[in-house]
Amino acid sequence: MSIETAKFTADMIQTHTILIPNMAPVQFAVLKAALRSEGVHVEMMDNTGSEVAQLGLRYVHNDTCYPALLIIGQYIDALNSGKYDLEHTALLITQTGGGCRASNYIMLLRKALANSGYGNIPVVSFNTSGLEKDSAFPLSYTLLEKMAAALFYGDEVFALRNQVKPYEVTPGETDRLCERWYTTFDAWFHDHNFYNPMKLKKHFRAIAESFAAIPVHKTEKVKVGVVGEIYVKYSPLGNNDLIAFLESQDCEVNLPGVMGFVEYCIANYSLDVSFYGGKKLIRVGADSLLRLLSRIGEAQSSVLRSYGFYAPGPFRELMKKPDGIIHLGAKMGEGWLLTAEMVELIEDGYANIVCAQPFGCLPNHIAGKGVINKIRERYPNANITPVDYDPSASRVNQENRIKLMLAVGREHLNSTNS
Amino acid sequence: MRIGLDIGSTTIKCAVLEDDGTLRFSTYQRHYSHIVEHCASILKTIRDDYTGEEPVFFALSGSAGMGIAEACDIPFVQEVYADRVAASRRNPEADCIIELGGEDAKILFLTNGMEVRMNGSCAGGTGAFIDQMATLLKVDPAAMDEAALCAERTYTIASRCGVFAKSDIQPLINQGAKTGDIAASIYQAVVNQTIAGLAQGRAITGNVLYLGGPLTFSKCLRNSFDRTLNVKGICPEDSLLYVALGAAYYADQKRNLSDVIARIDEYHSQVSFTSLPPLFSDREEYWKFHMRHAKAKVPRVPFDEAHRRVHIGIDSGSTTIKLVVIDEDANILFTDYRSNEGNPVPMVKETLEKIYKEYPFVQVISASATGYGEELIRNAFHCDFGLVETVAHFEAAKHFLPEVDFIIDIGGQDMKCFRIEDGAVSDLFLNEACSSGCGSFLQTFAEAMGMDVEEFAMQGLFAAHPVDLGSRCTVFMNSSVKQAQKDGATLDCISAGLSISVVKNALYKVIRTSSAESLGKHVVVQGGTFYNEAVLRAFEKEMGIEVIRPDIAGLMGAYGAALYGLNHAERMAKSSLLTKEELSSFTQKVQGVICQGCGNHCQLTINRFQDGSRYISGNRCEKPVTGKDADESLNLYAYKRRKLLEYVNHPGEGTSGTIGIPLCLNMYELLPFWHTCFTELGFRVIVSPFSSRSLYQSGQGSIPSDTACFPAKLSHGHIAWLAEQNPDAIFYPCMSYNFDEHLGDNHYNCPVVAYYPEVLNDNCHELEGIRFILDYINPSRKRDFESRFSTILKREFPFLKKRQIKAAIEKAYQEYDAHMADIRQKAEEIIEAARAQKKRIIVLAGRPYHIDPEINHGIDKLILRQNAAVISEDSISDRITKFPTSVLNQWTYHSRLYAAAKYCCKEADMDLVQLVSFGCGLDAITTDETKEILREGNKLYTQLKIDEITNLGAVNIRIRSLFAALREREDLL
Repeated sequence: MSIETAKFTADMIQTHTILIPNMAPVQFAVLKAALRSEGVHVEMMDNTGSEVAQLGLRYVHNDTCYPALLIIGQYIDALNSGKYDLEHTALLITQTGGGCRASNYIMLLRKALANSGYGNIPVVSFNTSGLEKDSAFPLSYTLLEKMAAALFYGDEVFALRNQVKPYEVTPGETDRLCERWYTTFDAWFHDHNFYNPMKLKKHFRAIAESFAAIPVHKTEKVKVGVVGEIYVKYSPLGNNDLIAFLESQDCEVNLPGVMGFVEYCIANYSLDVSFYGGKKLIRVGADSLLRLLSRIGEAQSSVLRSYGFYAPGPFRELMKKPDGIIHLGAKMGEGWLLTAEMVELIEDGYANIVCAQPFGCLPNHIAGKGVINKIRERYPNANITPVDYDPSASRVNQENRIKLMLAVGREHLNSTNS
Repeated sequence: MRIGLDIGSTTIKCAVLEDDGTLRFSTYQRHYSHIVEHCASILKTIRDDYTGEEPVFFALSGSAGMGIAEACDIPFVQEVYADRVAASRRNPEADCIIELGGEDAKILFLTNGMEVRMNGSCAGGTGAFIDQMATLLKVDPAAMDEAALCAERTYTIASRCGVFAKSDIQPLINQGAKTGDIAASIYQAVVNQTIAGLAQGRAITGNVLYLGGPLTFSKCLRNSFDRTLNVKGICPEDSLLYVALGAAYYADQKRNLSDVIARIDEYHSQVSFTSLPPLFSDREEYWKFHMRHAKAKVPRVPFDEAHRRVHIGIDSGSTTIKLVVIDEDANILFTDYRSNEGNPVPMVKETLEKIYKEYPFVQVISASATGYGEELIRNAFHCDFGLVETVAHFEAAKHFLPEVDFIIDIGGQDMKCFRIEDGAVSDLFLNEACSSGCGSFLQTFAEAMGMDVEEFAMQGLFAAHPVDLGSRCTVFMNSSVKQAQKDGATLDCISAGLSISVVKNALYKVIRTSSAESLGKHVVVQGGTFYNEAVLRAFEKEMGIEVIRPDIAGLMGAYGAALYGLNHAERMAKSSLLTKEELSSFTQKVQGVICQGCGNHCQLTINRFQDGSRYISGNRCEKPVTGKDADESLNLYAYKRRKLLEYVNHPGEGTSGTIGIPLCLNMYELLPFWHTCFTELGFRVIVSPFSSRSLYQSGQGSIPSDTACFPAKLSHGHIAWLAEQNPDAIFYPCMSYNFDEHLGDNHYNCPVVAYYPEVLNDNCHELEGIRFILDYINPSRKRDFESRFSTILKREFPFLKKRQIKAAIEKAYQEYDAHMADIRQKAEEIIEAARAQKKRIIVLAGRPYHIDPEINHGIDKLILRQNAAVISEDSISDRITKFPTSVLNQWTYHSRLYAAAKYCCKEADMDLVQLVSFGCGLDAITTDETKEILREGNKLYTQLKIDEITNLGAVNIRIRSLFAALREREDLL
């Protein structure tokens, strides 16, 4: 049996508003600017509230992962809201094509739309695996380039915000600066102003400089890293506003960037060939793309460091982190990247870690909870707490667990100081 | 002076210390969710008696205290951390603390790298759980402890979460197992749960401290921990107060108590929690609603000589026993509804005696039994008919509303919903163990609040802001309630919220409907829980339809059973029900034994009655009853097991060394492949045996994620077993990809099957010093596989020759193909034989690992008992070519499932039953799709959710209902 909902055809790019989930609010805001500058009218959903989860529960199998439930609930809630012209609205969803349930979100969304009377709303698949050929998002070279730049900018602004805000002298100043940057990005994308590595580096510098200029009062704070399933890791809707909570508890938070996940996906194409054989061309292509992105990433990191900020190491170093804990063949969901990020965070001083996952997340049984013992063995100061998110897991339990982790973190902090 | 206040989920504790650390005052009380009031009153006492207006060191702790602390500017200490602070002062020698609270379980490792563990959002609360179990057993917690101390045996009870355990205990009660034995089993389950869920591979040794209510009050629980951990733990003085003490020690800021009390009072007046619209806008609306439902009545006539020829229906439910007597026109003469007090037999006896005594003229024409305890009642009292409860409920509802097309029954423990199409049950939904609770949950909650369930429900009818509690399992609800309490929700709002939750659970979790239309136009709601008008109203509101609730909502099963007798008995028949005289000499003796007939080791309960007859329950096959081996010639699952044993029993020579292979997850299918490959290379292959309880427990300690599926968790036991055999290497490769059978768009394994070797490698201490080969391989690309796997083998065993390896791999592929072909050939034989004997064929569809008896709990045998043949999904999936599905079809095992479903649709005598392991994330997707495929082919869909422990009672209802529905469909043709 197969459900027929409207397909997304290339000409709809001009006529339709495309809704996107608000997975990583900062990065996606920049992404939105990039897409709009290419004439794609995207809107990021910002609807929250209990109705969202309720609609998700209503139209999606309750044991499906929490992100699917939230995203689908959010879409249906948005369509119900009357804010959008239903004749000219399309919904975008990403597909990684991996062996995890997430590749099925699009099917679940279509099913939910058909059941809620929105079968006429086209769903557009954003993927680079050649899935959904008749309903895929048309990707041009310029667009891809702009989107990559957007992720770099977004990651940088987000990383800097997280490092500056907890220490700012004037409350709210960091957030105001972020807002200013979104406007600047709009202008940059419109002027088609860049994309050679030199230009990008200049921009990275401008961003870093502006954050460095914010007056701060440096005190010792508990440094917390957040890793996990990509949606609940970033999305305030998915993780009950985790970053805000951690900051309210007087912590500095570090979430490894979205670009890392993109690089991880690209690396897996190459790794697959090296593990199992296959087209050499894929491997060569993926490797050179990865090299390009890594070069830009390293340029960005060195800029950050030059302004006294923390920046992660090069991606190829990140790939070595899981060695002896998990193999690079574990590629479903966040796979080895999750382990790699935990190790990197610990080595770089963020030994207190929240590992966020949807309740029952399969890949995280392996690469999250499955490796924590091993990591603790290797890094005795590692202070990791896995937190599950789902529609009814109560916030009080989650925050209680996190507070426990923080109490231990604070103790470590005091003992190293004294 | 220092004050520490600990607000837990059910209790509030306070410690007042002198500056020198001596304890001046302490209190421990239940707060019945009136947290704020209790908090204020305790502080007032302390202010008046001890501190006065002097500022004192003060800190708050406890899971329910966070909100107050934030709002009232009181320093907060995380409770586990507080424990640690207290222990380091009072018991510096302690290595490990185990603390069980109302809903929390914690383990603290203090020495050699401090670590703290708390129960995850899935593991149920322990104290509240023990309370709930005590209620179920009809004893208070103290009596439960006492009873447990003289237990003779323990039953296996799921250690995963409270709700699971509850559904294991209920059948035991129904089967008449002894209270003491059950109580001891409950404590043991709590111990297992704590260790498996929290220790996560880290050994608990040295000086152990027991803290918290349950461990303080129950000696048996402490003993169970001591025994299981092989330690001698101590329960220190003030063990209930450690968190409060820790908070007091830790307090580093002074507060004036009067100020704090004022702030608490102010906080009390603010209300903030997610709320839903009220159930009724005003009294008038309620009254209209009430009158409408009052109309749905069954005629009642006096029980006199004019109506002496009667039919009796007995519904032995999970917590209650219901009995209805009707005349030959289906009028009700007599009803009885009571709690079964753990053993239904004496209750039924009492009621029957009453009938014989008060109505001596009675002539019983038929007596029928239904419900969980159906077989026991039927055997004990010689009833004429026994019917599965779904059939009974349908009979009753049909009599009430002939055009009924949907029935929903919410009872104490279980929820049953079924759709009726063309006069037969077409779709059946039973609550899985995880969303049960229903009625009895409301009841337990009411009792926790210190009132009875009617009173509690009435509270909610006019609540202005019902709390939004979500729609998940009751364990989650407990913590949602906690959250709401923290946010200041009042009792009426919680009551209404709980009623709405029960309804949401039924609609979205069990029936999984998205709109009222999909239920049908003629809905009958029944079961005791619907007497609760708040639940009834919530149901109508949620679905936006008006439903029928018969006035005998709680008796429908018994009424239906009586009707069944009326429709099926000969007019002038005399029932075989025990007569008055026979009843007076009636006795029942209960004995529990473990069957040694086969590897399942069923826990049998043997009931002996005065006439020498006996009734055995708990068995999966007929062997303990007939003494003969079950005929398994039509069971492909048994055939597959035999085939695997042939490999296990032919380990090979061992000139090249020994290789251990764990029989877990995908190995149930790939064993022929690897076994052949390695024996061809001259290895002796040691294969771990089929799983068993003890095998599972031997590996339980190293499981890092307690929510992973049971088949995955079992693999830890297999590794532990293999490590003991001391092989030269253990081989268990990671496989992102499976074989490509061209049924789907890709051929992945699920993430757990693909990468579980990594988890074993990182967590199983047994593997230390043993070579563990877990390379990533992909057998679907044969040529690449050959070169890559040769490299791996050469790396591990340099003495092997290239050519030799190549030949072995070739043989392995041949063997695998031959094995699969043989399974498919055997399936064909079974199908032919079944058709020749006019038997139904059930495709018991799961994954390769579902053939393991510990995983499938002998369900294949249960189906065989229904006079049917059993085949597997992979044995017929090759009869179908790839077809479009509405989900992404990218996992090999799932593609087989869809194909098998499709094939079933073509065969009139073939039906599919899907086995779903709890925690299988992918099955959230496959179940819906399989159901759709079957529905399009006009087939019934049956899903059996299985876990570590499975309530075979519920499984049996499903299977029997399926067969009853199939028979009904057949009759209609």
